[in-house]
Amino acid sequence: MSETALEFSSAAAPLAEKLLGSAREILARYPAGRERSALLPLLHLVQTEEGYVSPAGVAFCAEVLGINKAQVGAVATFYTMYKRRPTGEYLVSVCTNTLCNVLGGQEVYDRLSEHLGVGHDETTADGRITLEHAECLAACDYAPVVTVNYDFTVDQATPESAVELVDKLATGERPTPARGARICSLREMSYQLAGFADPRDGAVGDGVAGAPTLRGVSLAQEHGIAVSGFHLDTPITKTKPSPREEAAQKPGKVATAVQAATSAVKAVAGKVTEQRPPARTTGDVKDPEVRTAEQRDSATKAAAPVVETPAEQAGTATNVPAGDGKPAGDSTRGERIVSQGTEEEK
Amino acid sequence: MTQPRPEVLQKLTPVLTKRWLSPDAWQIGVYQRLDGYQAVRKALDVHPDDLIQLIKDSGLRGRGGAGFPTGLKWGFIPQGDGKPHYLVINADEGEPGTCKDLPLMTYDPHSLVEGAIIASYAIRANRAFIYIRGEAVHAARRLRNAVREAYAAGYLGENILGSGFDLELVVHSGAGAYICGEETALLDSLEGFRGQPRLRPPFPAVAGLYASPTVVNNVGTIASVPYIVLGGADWWKSMGTEKSAGPMIYSLSGRIANPGQYECGLGITLRELIELAGGMRPGHNLKFWTPGGSSTPILTAEHIDTPMDFEGVAAAGSILGTTAMQIFSDQDCPVYNTWRWLEFYHHESCGKCTPCREGNYWMVRTYRRILAGHGTYADLDTLQDTADNIFGRSFCGLGDGAATPVVSTLKWFRDDYLGYIEGRTAPRLSEKSLVGAH
Repeated sequence: MSETALEFSSAAAPLAEKLLGSAREILARYPAGRERSALLPLLHLVQTEEGYVSPAGVAFCAEVLGINKAQVGAVATFYTMYKRRPTGEYLVSVCTNTLCNVLGGQEVYDRLSEHLGVGHDETTADGRITLEHAECLAACDYAPVVTVNYDFTVDQATPESAVELVDKLATGERPTPARGARICSLREMSYQLAGFADPRDGAVGDGVAGAPTLRGVSLAQEHGIAVSGFHLDTPITKTKPSPREEAAQKPGKVATAVQAATSAVKAVAGKVTEQRPPARTTGDVKDPEVRTAEQRDSATKAAAPVVETPAEQAGTATNVPAGDGKPAGDSTRGERIVSQGTEEEK
Repeated sequence: MTQPRPEVLQKLTPVLTKRWLSPDAWQIGVYQRLDGYQAVRKALDVHPDDLIQLIKDSGLRGRGGAGFPTGLKWGFIPQGDGKPHYLVINADEGEPGTCKDLPLMTYDPHSLVEGAIIASYAIRANRAFIYIRGEAVHAARRLRNAVREAYAAGYLGENILGSGFDLELVVHSGAGAYICGEETALLDSLEGFRGQPRLRPPFPAVAGLYASPTVVNNVGTIASVPYIVLGGADWWKSMGTEKSAGPMIYSLSGRIANPGQYECGLGITLRELIELAGGMRPGHNLKFWTPGGSSTPILTAEHIDTPMDFEGVAAAGSILGTTAMQIFSDQDCPVYNTWRWLEFYHHESCGKCTPCREGNYWMVRTYRRILAGHGTYADLDTLQDTADNIFGRSFCGLGDGAATPVVSTLKWFRDDYLGYIEGRTAPRLSEKSLVGAH
């Protein structure tokens, strides 16, 4: 890492001392001049230190990216995973979206809320557990589901199994999740969310696929059903030489050998981290909305799809922009209501 | 529980799900033994234009919900324009009912990485991003590990396999916003802004990420690519129907004996899928279901023989969507379920456009009133009118998605609404629960 040219305000300095190295690694993932893309991972990163996005965290992100605090705040408050108050060591989320809800998720949530004495997005007095009801967690075949720090911990949850889970967490025990990796703290999870590898040896291999995930494919295996006619070497129709073939023809055999040797050296050297100047000078890039508006007129013609086959036609038909399908103004529905004499419209 | 008949079992087409049976397929060594990274070798020997033609010929359509032809989308990317191109993979799975991409990324992450390399090569992109839902932590863990392994093996980075093609692939975690599954909102989010949809045109193919030509594809779409490269377009078309080619992962949940993921050729019916899933749960009779997540108009028991492909479901008045089939029985209340979905849409509305922001706010309140036993007949007209004014007038599909369960349940199950209004059905929400409602 190059020597820092950044100077931090007194609010952001303590965080910068701990996080600047990681922040630089995050910035390096995005193209030069597009460092603002690092804002979401940076907000996850500040939660590793504070468990939530504090005013100091906002200041740190703003100063790293060279944007103002209002711009960071606008983003931080938009996303539910950025917490605005200190959170517990474990975030227990119960899915109460429709499917989990009718299969018992609401009872699970209600029981936990009563048992822990906290409501949605509230933390127990000992600072261990934050409870939340979550929207669809993409595990409907295991409904209702409960996650701890977002790892799937209890499948087909019941009020009893959920209470058992939080009782264990409250005593410092870390039960083995049903399908996620071994439990860590929410702050440790935030580090992974910022895009870093799970530092715990073997954690990436934790968790096996449950029966519902494998139901269809196991059924096929059990009955010896496979898709026929799959041959790895089925030829691809070629109308022109590939870039590799072209390159091989032009410089001759010696040059190709040199090229191969160079790439071998590169492979040995490993991936060289891109060196880039400190990000402070980047500033805010143009708001995407402004930018796309500028392009809109010129782009309209180019974007019109060329329809070729009936299958493609069916595809493009669904791609009309929302809002263009109807005339402006009220629909006939409104008139019907008026004729029925309700007070909604005059 | 009943055993599925042999002719129904024959409809299973394990392609994308096949490696899930190998518990260590997330590791590169095991993946390579199971045909892994063969497709990328084959693809790099072909001109990118020929690859785009191959995908066009295969009839592959997007697996994220809209079903747009993938090859056509790739072909929209202007070539020789001097701008950088980007591939962005939409892994922000969050549509209620949808649960096919998370297992794919958790148990077979390299297939997505391999697909990303081939797709990037085809559209001449040197940078690709996988925007994965924040909550999908274990899938992200496996995916990041797969990307690291792929770099170390020379499948990513500079001069991949000596082809002269370079690719940087970054796994970027979201932070809990359903709207970021909408492709232009996703791009804004990836650029470090609030995830709000953009006005189109320009489409992402012209001005997407960083105002450059960008392909945004779903996880299932990209993970299909290596199989097409290996097996060919004709083999791919041997599954599914003429206009909806290939296998599809159907996610079944709810009141059935064995919920789970069933990969079948497009065009299978719900009746056959329920048979594969061992029938309905004892004591439950099919009443209503979503063909592809909560944003698709619900269908009823009479649609049980609808072919589950893009055309068949459209003909039945709904959308194939993500083939997330949430199955509800005569013991479930369509009014209550719709209310719960609306609470979700209300919470997830990004606030950019008025119909969605305000409409959902008021519809949620109307539902609470009906379910608390205080509804009036006029409430039904209010709901219909509000939904009509959200649908087609919202900035993006989220508003349309919110309006569809309202309109479709009012159409099929008006009497269930009247039950609450006329006092025939006991209220589901108490005054107490209304006080704490968010």
